[in-house]
Amino acid sequence: MASNPQTDPTLEALVAQKYRHGFVTDIESDTVPPGLDEDVIRLISRKKGEPQFMLDWRLRAYRHWLTMKEPHWAHLRIQPIDYQSISYYSAPKPKTDAPKSLEEVDPKLLETYDKLGIPLHERARLAGVAVDAVFDSVSVATTFKERLNKAGVIFCSFSEAVQKHPELIEKYLGSVVPHTDNYFAALNSAVFTDGSFVFVPKGVRCPMELSTYFRINAAKTGQFERTLIVAEENSHVSYLEGCTAPMRDENQLHAAVVELVALEGAQIKYSTVQNWYPGDENGVGGIYNFVTKRGECRGANSKISWTQVETGSAITWKYPSCILTGDNSVGEFYSVAVANNYQQADTGTKMIHIGKNTRSTIVSKGISAGHGQNAYRGLVKVLPSAINARNFTQCDSLLMGDKCGAHTFPYMEVRTPTASVEHEATTSKIGDDQLFYCLSRGISEEDAVNMIVNGFCKAVFKELPMEFAVEAQNLLAVSLEGSVG
Amino acid sequence: MLSIKNLHALAGEKQVLHGLDLEVGAGEVHAIMGPNGSGKSTLAQVLAGREGYTVTGGSVTYKGKDLLSLSPEERAREGVFLAFQYPVEIPGVNNVYLLKAGLNAIRKHRGESEMDAFEFLTLVREKMKLMQMDESFLNRGVNEGFSGGEKKRNEILQMAVLEPSLALLDETDSGLDIDALRVVANGVNSLRSPDRAIVLVTHYQRLLDYIEPDHVHVLSGGKIIKSGDKSLALELEKRGYDWVKQEAAA
Ligand SMILES: Nc1ncnc2c1ncn2[C@@H]1O[C@H](COP(=O)(O)OP(=O)(O)OP(=O)(O)O)[C@@H](O)[C@H]1O
Ligand SMILES: [Mg+2]
Repeated sequence: MASNPQTDPTLEALVAQKYRHGFVTDIESDTVPPGLDEDVIRLISRKKGEPQFMLDWRLRAYRHWLTMKEPHWAHLRIQPIDYQSISYYSAPKPKTDAPKSLEEVDPKLLETYDKLGIPLHERARLAGVAVDAVFDSVSVATTFKERLNKAGVIFCSFSEAVQKHPELIEKYLGSVVPHTDNYFAALNSAVFTDGSFVFVPKGVRCPMELSTYFRINAAKTGQFERTLIVAEENSHVSYLEGCTAPMRDENQLHAAVVELVALEGAQIKYSTVQNWYPGDENGVGGIYNFVTKRGECRGANSKISWTQVETGSAITWKYPSCILTGDNSVGEFYSVAVANNYQQADTGTKMIHIGKNTRSTIVSKGISAGHGQNAYRGLVKVLPSAINARNFTQCDSLLMGDKCGAHTFPYMEVRTPTASVEHEATTSKIGDDQLFYCLSRGISEEDAVNMIVNGFCKAVFKELPMEFAVEAQNLLAVSLEGSVG
Repeated sequence: MLSIKNLHALAGEKQVLHGLDLEVGAGEVHAIMGPNGSGKSTLAQVLAGREGYTVTGGSVTYKGKDLLSLSPEERAREGVFLAFQYPVEIPGVNNVYLLKAGLNAIRKHRGESEMDAFEFLTLVREKMKLMQMDESFLNRGVNEGFSGGEKKRNEILQMAVLEPSLALLDETDSGLDIDALRVVANGVNSLRSPDRAIVLVTHYQRLLDYIEPDHVHVLSGGKIIKSGDKSLALELEKRGYDWVKQEAAA
């Protein structure tokens, strides 16, 4: 179980770490010094050439943020974050220190790619090799963009969308996650610098999976990312976020916001594989990942489905949620969260039933190993208007070893007698007898653990797009390497 | 093939084996019988290398090697197979996927090429026919929701696919209906060959009607207290164990 945070020297080191790269002496004119006030926000907005409504919105968010208190969680050990030490704007610039070829990349990183089965031609891109050295991705991206254009799908960076489609941004931005929503969402609203925008027009089935990988002009968006996906009537879209390759980032705090809007009959499937640097085996380093993800099934018969595989970050705090406003709308949440070494994961979902006959399904699989602490926190709220609403929640925890922990906090608020809400929860230790059974068939311990863990997560993996599912399995194997025995 | 000398072992904290001797030659079938709690399963687990079972004395030589120095997976790859008295369920892990992983680990160890999915499926289908198992078992989780008898049958299917040199069957006959008993016995008999050995743990003569043992042993109080040929099993069935125990005590 968690030790006393006051006496844990590793956390101090972790916090100290964020200053290590500090601020380079030859500050380029496009980098704002650390600190946050209204001038910084005006500067960000001006640098990005934003319309007035965006600046007003940012300032409203900032002023609200000032009145808010940082949240506290019973099951997270966290040191205070110094918001004045962060630099909130840094123009995208060519990386001069980027490796010129794979030969210059850290062999340890390459070894991990190997284990993950990442194709050779992708490794260079992932390792941050200078882009002009990677020919493949350029041509692939171009054909990709042409196909989307033909279908009428807009998929671009958030900045580009603000320039080219300001009316869509003004209409939908903050309509699901208002700038007042929570501490980190307010901060993000004030200072976000980029992200992704997707718009799928009426009746269009997006011709391919949209992946952040292919986002055109994918400049490094850093710590405050904003994603907005709008699916018009009867449209379909599947969006993949993240990638299984380990991501290192010098920004310790990540506070992203993702908003999904599904109009009548629309379907949005949002899949995430998150593998940010979790810190080393002693809990040193690692990213704090505080994300607000929410989708609204605004129209009748719409559907939003979240699938996530969370293996990275030192601290993960996220609750992808669905607001089921439209009648007969459907919300789904499938999650695998891993907490190994000193990682802490606090995830779950909120399903808010407002429309009639709304349905939601929650399947959460938490895996704890080492000193990892995994918490599931879920809220199912059924308003009086949600006649005949149904929810099914299944929440399973797997413990590897005896120093880790799993906690489950299901909250239910049901305000109509016609609703049906079902909850099942299990906690199991990875069984010695299961392990021995595999060994006695000649299978190595490592393979046996992978097999058992993947079996445990099967219900979630089958929701992932095919290639992602395979990657996710490999990722899980790498994340749990050496955690039994 | 297998030579056990003066074996002492703990199950957990409890001393269960008190100086057990057993010699099993290639091509032989041995039956081990004995009262409940006498240490039969403990012996099987010790031979398979299960954690929590500690050898406190004696030696076990298998194919000229010190078996006790090998890890459980190495033992399996060297050809030792244990059919469990209580096969465990592993939810979500495909039954034949586990079997394929095991077979390929064993083949790799022997320096053979790994089997691809097609070759493997052909082999499994053939063995499933032998075990009269429905094809639906191909797609189910390991023992997940299997009936007691189906689990036992699945153990023998695994054995038939892995083709071990030394098969230890711990009460594989318990819980089988009359027809299933014949099917399982068939599966075991098809494995009999001059370079393989089989050790059966059983409580009942009826299995031995189908699988004729060369030697029958009585395990009681953590030792082999009497050995004989197949007629010993018949005698035990009639008279029980008390007379053997008295004979041994005298
Ligand atoms: N892990 C353990 N810890 C403590 N005692 C154990 C353990 N495993 C087995 N025992 C005990 O050791 C003794 C021998 O058990 P074992 O399972 O080997 O008997 P068996 O001969 O196979 O019996 P049966 O015919 O009922 O299957 C029993 O008294 C049992 O309770
Ligand atoms: Mg037994």
